[in-house]
Amino acid sequence: MDHNPSTSHLCRYLEESAARFADRLAARDPDGTELTYRALNDRADRIAGFLAEHGVCPGDRVGLVLPKSTDALTALFGIMKVRAAYVPVDWTGPEERLRSILTDCRVQTVFLDTRRPELVGIAQNTVLVGPDSRDAQSASGCFDWSDAVKHAPANADIGARSTDDLAYILYTSGSTGVPKGVMLTHRNAASYVDWCSDVFAPSANDRFSSHAPFHFDLSILDIYVPLKHGASVHLIPDELGKIPKELARFISAGKLTVWYSTPAILGLLAEFGDFDRLDCSSLRLVLFAGEVFPVKQLRRIVARWPRPEYYNLYGPTETNVCTFARIPKPVPDDRTEPYPIGWPCSHCEALVLDHDNQPVQPSEEGMLYIAGPSVFTGYWGRPAETEALFLERDGARWYNTGDVVREDKQDGFIYVGRRDRMVKRRGYRIELGEIENCFYKHPAVAEAAAIGVPHPQAGMRIIAYLAAAGEATPSIVEMKSFCNEHLPSYMNPDIFLFVDALPRTSTNKVDFQALTRAFQSGERSAVSSSLTPA
Amino acid sequence: MDNVKEEIRQYILAEFLPGEKASNLKDDTPLRTSGILDSVATLRLVSFVEERFGIEVEAHEAGVENFDTIDTIAAFLKTKGVAVS
Repeated sequence: MDHNPSTSHLCRYLEESAARFADRLAARDPDGTELTYRALNDRADRIAGFLAEHGVCPGDRVGLVLPKSTDALTALFGIMKVRAAYVPVDWTGPEERLRSILTDCRVQTVFLDTRRPELVGIAQNTVLVGPDSRDAQSASGCFDWSDAVKHAPANADIGARSTDDLAYILYTSGSTGVPKGVMLTHRNAASYVDWCSDVFAPSANDRFSSHAPFHFDLSILDIYVPLKHGASVHLIPDELGKIPKELARFISAGKLTVWYSTPAILGLLAEFGDFDRLDCSSLRLVLFAGEVFPVKQLRRIVARWPRPEYYNLYGPTETNVCTFARIPKPVPDDRTEPYPIGWPCSHCEALVLDHDNQPVQPSEEGMLYIAGPSVFTGYWGRPAETEALFLERDGARWYNTGDVVREDKQDGFIYVGRRDRMVKRRGYRIELGEIENCFYKHPAVAEAAAIGVPHPQAGMRIIAYLAAAGEATPSIVEMKSFCNEHLPSYMNPDIFLFVDALPRTSTNKVDFQALTRAFQSGERSAVSSSLTPA
Repeated sequence: MDNVKEEIRQYILAEFLPGEKASNLKDDTPLRTSGILDSVATLRLVSFVEERFGIEVEAHEAGVENFDTIDTIAAFLKTKGVAVS
């Protein structure tokens, strides 16, 4: 293949912009803190100096357990500047899950919000960030952010940067109940960022939203595309990020030009945003990714904001965005089908294969495979699982996305669904097995099955079917709380149904299709009685 | 006050805990910190009380301090001048 793999490095984007646009705004915190390019690059150099001095070596992993802020952004560049990889996690997540991730990839150092003191000691060194960081730093191996960020820049020899260096690891839901780490190199990310430059033509006058948390792959565009071009990143904190009225105000007050989020957030904006009083006409681009956008909601947001161009971006964390489609405006009143995921990005190639790994006829359904420089190198510590998802063909390494698609001559690929048990909810991937695994930790649960059922307005809903181990059935309140302790909030089921026993196939496997059919036909009461074994 | 609490309880049960017994959702059952309400669910609940009781809830008022239990929601509504018996 004649791809032209990017020779860029994520740190170079910042450094070159710092040279060209030193005094321009690089990033703004919701609390009003602003960093110029010079300040961001200088502070990141100091964090790099601190990390090098405290034993972080090229190839090491460094955890980020922080809410989104200019400090977190600084830390992330500091980590990459010593040729280490950052591992961002949801700082509000269940302790057990955070421990499992940070120990899985053996982080050498962790940047930790002071509100999660129970995680001190999970790495050799901890840099505490937050209001009481100075009081908390007395423990051994603990340092204070405000000291770290004043450290002298690195002078240790860390060797030459390579675009093959690991840049970050993003953890996604794993079917066995343990999250798996997707490893991405600078080349993987930069080839995608460079594609964004070609298609979206960013300039130093752009003002980008940063809505996604840093542990979510949408953040790659949010951070690196603007910083490559001297534009500004407008960080939206998690709390604000889900309040549509506030988001509309944020876009309007910040005169944002580029918005990127999941359809779920745009749907909420269309439904609850306070548009009558707010002018959002600064927007020139609205990008969405992560899940199917229900057409009704897309039509509504396009009607609210007629000016910007709309793009549907598609791609699993493992490939970055790999196909895209521009949405024609306005959305016709009679359209009910979701828009396609479109054609491959110029840095990627796509193949649609059948069960025997042979290309399907055009317009037939098949599994989507992607090759190109943005495709990840593997799952951390899981070589066999990684290899199982790759296919060697025509001298290239093709990643099996697991997504079933069909090609339309005019519109490109149309997303059909999955053949495994992964669903997307609010842009997050969820392995339903991970939810079931959580239920089995509960002493009162004998059997558990989770299914995903899409709803035209609410998007994907998770339905949990549970059979109790004893006479007493736990309350739904109790099960919700239990899930909350063990799973991220987006994995907490919407509906809990108790049954005497789960339906089984002839081979004694849980019959998920029977559960889905039963749920969809709305026979909830009938389900529980028909599931009772004879 | 009891009617207000009851209305909120019925709304939460119907929208977010379908199938749950009303007796399991107590006035002091944590809603946010227990995961019963996630951020999107909270948004819907806030919209519901705004419409139902004719008040406006500012973003900074929609946090855990006012929206974590039926008790705190009712107390918050009282400060907003909602007529409570």
